[in-house]
Amino acid sequence: MSRITYREACRQAIRAALLADPRCFVMGEDVGRYGGCYAVTKGLLEEFGPQRIRDTPLAENGIAGAGVGAALAGLRPIVEIMTCNFSLLALDQIMNNAASLSHMSGGQFAVPLVIRMATGGGRQLAAQHSHSLEGWYAHIPGLKVLVPATVEDARHMLAAALADPNPVLIFEHIVLYNAEGELDDTVTAVDIAHAKVRRSGSDISLVSYGNSLPKCLAAAEQLAGEGIQADVIDLRVLRPLDGATIIESVRRTHRCLIVDEGWRSGSISAEIAARLADEALYELDAPVRRVCSAEVPVPYAAQMEAAALPQVADIVAAARALLRPAG
Amino acid sequence: MSDKLHLDRASLHQLYRQMLRIRNFEARCVELYQAQQIRGFLHLYDGQEAVAVGVTSALRDGDAVLATYREHGHALAKGVPMDTLMAEMLGKQQGCCRGRGGSMHIFDQPRRFYGGNAIVGGGLPLAVGIAMADQQLRPGAVTVCFFGEGAVAEGAFHESLNLAALWRLPLLFVCENNLYAMGVPLAESDAQPEVYRKAEAYRVTAAQVDGMDPVQVAAAASLAIAELRAGHGPWLLECRTYRYRAHSMFDTQAYRSKDEVEQWRQQDPIARLQQWLLANQQISPEEVGRIDADIRAEIDAAVAFAEAGTPEPLAELTRFVLMDSVVQEQAP
Ligand SMILES: Cc1ncc(C[n+]2csc(CCOP(=O)(O)OP(=O)(O)O)c2C)c(N)n1
Repeated sequence: MSRITYREACRQAIRAALLADPRCFVMGEDVGRYGGCYAVTKGLLEEFGPQRIRDTPLAENGIAGAGVGAALAGLRPIVEIMTCNFSLLALDQIMNNAASLSHMSGGQFAVPLVIRMATGGGRQLAAQHSHSLEGWYAHIPGLKVLVPATVEDARHMLAAALADPNPVLIFEHIVLYNAEGELDDTVTAVDIAHAKVRRSGSDISLVSYGNSLPKCLAAAEQLAGEGIQADVIDLRVLRPLDGATIIESVRRTHRCLIVDEGWRSGSISAEIAARLADEALYELDAPVRRVCSAEVPVPYAAQMEAAALPQVADIVAAARALLRPAG
Repeated sequence: MSDKLHLDRASLHQLYRQMLRIRNFEARCVELYQAQQIRGFLHLYDGQEAVAVGVTSALRDGDAVLATYREHGHALAKGVPMDTLMAEMLGKQQGCCRGRGGSMHIFDQPRRFYGGNAIVGGGLPLAVGIAMADQQLRPGAVTVCFFGEGAVAEGAFHESLNLAALWRLPLLFVCENNLYAMGVPLAESDAQPEVYRKAEAYRVTAAQVDGMDPVQVAAAASLAIAELRAGHGPWLLECRTYRYRAHSMFDTQAYRSKDEVEQWRQQDPIARLQQWLLANQQISPEEVGRIDADIRAEIDAAVAFAEAGTPEPLAELTRFVLMDSVVQEQAP
């Protein structure tokens, strides 16, 4: 066991990938000299040189597309996009090329590309640096979408993503970078196909991912004090979504609360609720509820930002209401 | 024909044959479109053949090519077999993309033909990445990326030229300037209508050539590609050319006059090369006849192959959305 930050886990993952495969390289804005806008790639330029830690100009679409091309022609690129808000400038290449080329070419090409980006709010960075767009990307066939919430996933998901022949997007939550966790040194790999139960309980399923996971775990702790045992599911992968693990949990608890930092309308939480309605309606003793971000561009001021994002108190209140409906 | 490049008889015949193959292949596509066997959009290369043929004449097998939705000519010139191409046009399982791509998305992995791209400018960043990988994995190989002058107004063009120049990539950008992006004339989309001059801002070596003359195009491409192979890349060639027909199968063509189209047809690259070859005893009328017959037979065979093709079973609909392995790296 060693205690490390999520940022350090991400960094170790990249370093290990570079050591393991000479085809692997990192490219992105300020990944080299600056050390990454969230300091994830710090020190790697010195160790691996500018060919493998490639600073690029400000050209998100060009960089993402170059990553696709490099993957098509035999390299294993890790493209870093500073935050998911900026990935919108690269959406053309991600959607129209990365996600489509294999199918469109009748299986003649795979696109073994990894794109990492920061996501989420909570650091008062306001509307153009705080959004959670992973749910949008989870809409797109041809992509895999990973949302590591623990140091173990931050450390090991990258290797699985690089080994996958498909384009994989990894969303790292900005609030988690400084979070510390115990890394079990005996674990050397994780899968990128399954959700995980992070805490077991029989009264209610709390389904979440990313920075909502620690909030759900804190809420579960409080609820336990009131005699409510929550089953906490960490989705880990938004596409393909592991519906089976969610449904298995709901079969035990018969109640479900989904916590998602994305906006409620048209979100991944809506997708999960729809699947429960399709496949587990008769397991439910109460309606599926959701705690999501308020439908506003994330504001700057602390009290407004906090009100806009899911908080532990919101989760606790929603869970209580599900178990002990008023009246 | 103006030519500085010394092409032998066989090479001249090859330019002629390839241009005619493309022209006649597409003429057959028009018939199949009218018979509703080909559907969707169909962008013809009619008039521009000298560009793809001239440039690819300077390539080797291991070089990579990317083009646009107007890419039948580039695919044929790069060696994509006509039968699997035609089967793709008809949406058949035997098509190069098993019916998933159609006219605008032709791919051929063994020939390193990376599409077919229906997003204007969409191929340029890909070409940057392919050239990057080749620089490391296949020294001496070059990538050629064809696009229309309409793409020059897109951000992808500017991002890609800058990246290619910064990293000195073995990448040849070929702008096929046919003067119109759908109905928008060049002068109304670009404040600087001399496309090749934009390259200077990115320190990319550039030249403008007569895209109606395959010999000039081949000469310019050979020079550029030799430079790229020597590590002095990237380059941009602006080929001035013209499409004779509508943007896709039909449009009103209210954006240009019949006279203008007629004037360009007078410079037709295929007719002019044939006349020149005959007048200079570089080809005999019998050889012209034989080339014609060969091409007709090839097209007939491709159509027969495509028509005999079968539909992809619907059970395969979602196959290849996700891949099980990196297929392009298995030995061919
Ligand atoms: C990003 C994008 N915008 C718009 C279109 C619609 N469109 C298709 S072709 C075209 C004109 C492109 O002209 P040009 O690049 O000169 O190529 P040409 O068709 O003349 O070969 C347009 C606007 C598109 N396919 N992609």
